[in-house]
Amino acid sequence: MTVAAEIPGDARPRLPRGVRLKKDEVRGGHVLLAPERVVRADAIAVAILERCDGARTLDELVNELCTVYKGDRVRIEADVRALLADLAAKRMLDL
Amino acid sequence: MNELSQPKSALEVPLGLLAELTHVCPLGCPYCSNPIQLDKRVGELDTDAWRRIFSQAAQLGVLQVHLSGGEPAARRDLVEIVAHCAKMSLYTNLITSGVGLSEATMARLAEAGLDHLQLSIQDCDEASADRIAGYKGAFAKKRQVAACVRASGIPLTVNAVIHRANVHRAVGMVELAIELGARRVEIAHTQYYGWALKNRAALMPSREEADAAWKAVEALRPSVEGKIVIDHVAPDYHARTPKPCMGGWGRRTLNVTPTGKVLPCHAAETVPGLEFWNAQEHSLADIWAKSPAFGAFRGTEWMQEPCRSCELREVDFGGCRCQALALLGDARATDPACHKSPRHALMVEIARAESATQGEPGYVYRRMDRGAD
Repeated sequence: MTVAAEIPGDARPRLPRGVRLKKDEVRGGHVLLAPERVVRADAIAVAILERCDGARTLDELVNELCTVYKGDRVRIEADVRALLADLAAKRMLDL
Repeated sequence: MNELSQPKSALEVPLGLLAELTHVCPLGCPYCSNPIQLDKRVGELDTDAWRRIFSQAAQLGVLQVHLSGGEPAARRDLVEIVAHCAKMSLYTNLITSGVGLSEATMARLAEAGLDHLQLSIQDCDEASADRIAGYKGAFAKKRQVAACVRASGIPLTVNAVIHRANVHRAVGMVELAIELGARRVEIAHTQYYGWALKNRAALMPSREEADAAWKAVEALRPSVEGKIVIDHVAPDYHARTPKPCMGGWGRRTLNVTPTGKVLPCHAAETVPGLEFWNAQEHSLADIWAKSPAFGAFRGTEWMQEPCRSCELREVDFGGCRCQALALLGDARATDPACHKSPRHALMVEIARAESATQGEPGYVYRRMDRGAD
């Protein structure tokens, strides 16, 4: 089981083949498409998932979001970790 | 993030389309969800017709397409169809028995942009698996296909249908799925429609067997989290509440038959008096919004008591119309799987009587009528 707090800062999260973020032209917003799953992604999730490219590390991803959104680092990091852990448990994200 | 949900009042836009590309299949699984009257090769839609349907589906708002059958690999244009769906940015899911799917085709499917593959297995015991499929060598072939899928990088789901002959090995099937490299496994207790309804007496496990299998698989969850996702489909005949069949009639999905008929669910043709429209004659958008069959049980207006005043009416939508019809002769009745149905005891009684049959079950294998192509 993936515990949010235990994901190492140098992990390079990525969406595996078969999981993709898509703009939903008909309903608006974005969806994350996965095997037998359609999950609506809000603006925060989109900002995180667009950066899960297997190149950036978790720490770099959080730094970038702090710069772009000028938010509280502790809170942003907690949001990122929670989302990544949730998706990893559902096998919708590789760490 | 939440599973996609939409307001329940307005006409919603479908999320998924299941395409029965062909009813041709080398296997004879006695629980096949296809209708008893299978469509023959000669009346099947051609490649262009399927392309048009998938283009219209994407425009309508469909996000995922499930390429199924029969055995979809029996279509020579499968790769072209997948490539077209990928071009339309549709998420493609191939639902296959693996038999007839060559390594070369698999590589071409991967290149064409196939997103996901679901492979059926009949049992984790080879001899039993081949007997259930009515096809010698099926199990060994499936192992090869799984290896091939894994090598291609396409995520693999293993689907196992549970019934009397394999109910004791439900856990073994999760273990096999992990061994085959699946990221997801469906452990689906048989739903009795089509061929499964015909074979019900040979397939029905006892309540004790079904309960034991259910609990054993649920108990696996903590130890497999992050390794494999288990989707567990409950045995209707031993349930207290009905399944929200199709997520509600005409609410989330469309089903297109090999000849282009568009159905709200794969068993809908068993309901007498419904008028289905064909995608060769109407656009998918028109069929979704206006065809009589889609309107018949959409929403809650059609309901009788106890559904009509039930607080769960927009949660389970009264269960399954085809099951209410098959067991009670009335498609508007509450699904008897529901404990609030006045006929609930009937399901318990059927399950008890039919599971009591002793000895090795004799199946009516799924086969096309003679004279089929």
